[in-house]
Formats: sequence, C-alpha cells, structure tokens
Amino acid sequence: MRHFDIEMNDLQNRLLDMASLVQEMIRAATGELSGKDSKQVEKVYSLEKKVNIQEIVIDDKCLKLIALNQPVGTDLRFITSAMRINSDLERMGDEAVNISRMAKDLIRYKELKPFEDISKMVLCVENMVVESIKAFNTSDTDLALLVLKKDDEVDKLRDKVIDDIKNIMVSSSSPEVIQKAVDLIFVAKSIERIGDHATNICEDIIFMVHGKDIRHPKTNS
Amino acid sequence: MSKIEIRNFNLYYANFHALKDISISIEEKRITAMIGPSGCGKSTLLRSINRINDTIEGVKTVGEINIEGINIYNDNIDVDFLRRNVGMVFQRPNPFPISIYENVAFGLRVNRIASSKEITDQTVEKSLKSVLLWDNMKDKLHKSALTLTLEQQQRLCIARAIAVAPHIILLDEPCSSLDPVATRKIEELMIQLKDEYTIVIVTHNMQQAARISQDTAFMLLGKLIEFSKTDEIFTNPSKKETDDYVSGRFG
Repeated sequence: MRHFDIEMNDLQNRLLDMASLVQEMIRAATGELSGKDSKQVEKVYSLEKKVNIQEIVIDDKCLKLIALNQPVGTDLRFITSAMRINSDLERMGDEAVNISRMAKDLIRYKELKPFEDISKMVLCVENMVVESIKAFNTSDTDLALLVLKKDDEVDKLRDKVIDDIKNIMVSSSSPEVIQKAVDLIFVAKSIERIGDHATNICEDIIFMVHGKDIRHPKTNS
Repeated sequence: MSKIEIRNFNLYYANFHALKDISISIEEKRITAMIGPSGCGKSTLLRSINRINDTIEGVKTVGEINIEGINIYNDNIDVDFLRRNVGMVFQRPNPFPISIYENVAFGLRVNRIASSKEITDQTVEKSLKSVLLWDNMKDKLHKSALTLTLEQQQRLCIARAIAVAPHIILLDEPCSSLDPVATRKIEELMIQLKDEYTIVIVTHNMQQAARISQDTAFMLLGKLIEFSKTDEIFTNPSKKETDDYVSGRFG
C-alpha cells in the first residue's frame, strides 16, 4: 500500500473514532433529557474535550496531507470533505453539550408535554447520525440520500414542538414554566441542528464520491 | 540522534564561494531533502558528504562534516571507506554494462567484502529484495543490466549502493529521468529504506521533497536559508524566502 494511502486510511479512521465520541455525547445528552440517565453532564463535558482535540488533530492532518501530497481528484475531494465532516462532528458535540446543560432542570417540569415529540425527534436524529457515519464509512451515497430525506421529518417535528411550547407559554402564568419552556425551545433547536449537521455530512459524502455538489439546490438552479 | 553534523562548512570552486557557512544536523533513519533553485549549492553540499567533490580540481573546503562524530575532512580519513559507508545514487541510472548480478556484486568484489560466493549470493539476493527487484529478476540475474527499464535500472543502482552496507545513502535527483509512475515507485522504495538507512536527497521537485522527506533544507545562493521539519517548511515556513520558493513565487 502506498504511504499516502496509509495516511488517508488513518484520516478516515480518526474521523470514525471522532464520530463514535460524538455519538456517545449525543446519547448521553439525550439520555439525560429523557430522564433515563441522570448525571450525564460531566460525561458529556469530558467527551467534548476529547472531540475538540480530535478536531484540531484532524484539521492539521488534512492541511499536511494537502500541502505535502498535492492530492487531486478523488483524494482531494476526500480530504476537503473530511475537513467539513470534522467541523460538523465538532458542532454536533457542541449541540450535545447545550442539550445536556439544560436537560437536568427540564425533566422536573411535567407540564412541558412536548417531551413526547422531542423523544421522536431524538430517535430520528440519532438514527440520522448513525446512518450518516455508516454512509461515510462505506461511501454509500444511496444511504446518504435516505438520510437527507429524513431531515424534513425532523423539521416538521421541531415545528410541532415549538407550536406546542408556544401554547404552553401563552396559557401559563408561571414565570418559571415560561423560562423552562424557552429552554425547551433551545433544546429542540439543538436536536434539529444535530440533524442538520448529519445532512451536511451526507451532502459531503455525495460530493466525495460523485464530485457533485448538492448543497443549496435552489441557489444552484 | 544526529548522524551527520555539518558545522560552518564552506566550499570554494577556485575563487567561487559555492557553500557559505552551512550548519545542519541530519538525523538518523530519516529522509532529509535539500531543495532550492538551480545553482543554490544543494548538489555541492550533497556531494560534500562523501567527498566526491574532491575529484574536482580547485575545490577547497573550510569547516567540518562529522559523520557519527568523526570529521570526514580530517587528513587521516580513508576516503574509500567513507564512500562505502556513504553510498550515492545519481540523476541518471548508471548501471555498469555487465549482468544484473555483477552490478550488485561489484562493490563487494572491489572492496573485498564478501569472503565466499555463498556470501556474495546472499548479499545480492538481500540487496535486490530491499529494492523490490528480486522477485522479477531472480531468474534473469545474468542478463545485462542495460536490458532493464530506467526505473529498474535506478532500483539496481540503489541495490548496488546498499550491497556494501552503507549507513547513509545520498540521492542526487534520483527520479529526474523517470516518468511519474516510476517516480512514485522509487519514492515508495525510499520511504521503506529509511527504516534502515539515513537518506539525504537533492531534488528539484518540491512536491517530491514534500511527499517523502521528514526534514527539509532550503538553500539559496550557497546559503542555508531554513532547515526544519518538512511539514513546517511546507505549511508554515519561518523565512519569507522559503515561503516564496515553496509557493512558486520564484525559482
């Protein structure tokens, strides 16, 4: 195997390791939110440190691979996609931190019924993340396209959750409930953003494999 | 660990001051690349490491080149022994017009290293295996070396150099007469050889230096401008001249 190919494999493995850490962060944060796993905040913070270090290492590796090997074609697309996926993974981790930070207090408020739909969002987004990483690992563009379609489902759930929360806010006279409802909106937004990052990864996979840029279809057309 | 320590080294071709106060510490079992525009002195510096420049009339040196702690410009240095320890491969493959086997065995015979045919056979096999020629050549060892492709000839020249068990291999633009595919193969070979040898390569091809070396020296007008880890040189050089050269603004 060429020395360069060994380096490229290493890059892919590092991204997959980072993706595992991020998935663990998301599981811990959403577990706390559902009340299944408490005291996950510390775990999420500790994983975030590892993810941040990986982000820097992977960026540095990509920079050096480009500077030292002058890759073209598939190799160049792989490295530029890896840089974007790296950034998306790190941002997913940040969103998990945001969720985890608010989850501890939120679960005490039984009035906030939209939890049921939030759980549906979590399930859908977690699945999107898993599938997007799988698609990256196997360069499976069909799977990437399936993940992209799920983003609409998450967006609809988010809209429903926010409408429900608005209703609660209108009908509640408790400032505390209103404050928590605002927090819940942020949580719903963070979950939806994780889904957005998963779709970004899938768009990058399609660019990586086919060289086709499918971002911003309306602008492109 | 430092294998080659060059200290305040100067070289003159008669009145021309070709190398100006060069100091570099080259580490063991790594590939060190020397880059710079034509005439900057990189080949002169490379050829100073096994004193091949001695053969040029009017050459004068000042300063030291220490290999494993011994200044090779000391009066009592055995130059033949030095050149056995510091092998060299040139720009154009230059196999002798004799058989593949005899090319590799040549250094062993001249230096009276192998005591028997069996040891010579073993060394030829080991050397050809090191350069990944053995599998294809083991049944053609007595064919003329000139029947090989240019890439195979260059591999053979590397095998000839390593047959006498040097510690250091100097390569002076070893891929400049090869096509891109053959170049890649020789580069991969160099990467493999670095686990056993200290390699110093002069190349006009900056991308080659970037791909294969761990350390890079950038030279300009006989001076060493910058010597650093290759990834530093190509991503964040400390000198403006280096940045201008690696980014193609001059040279």
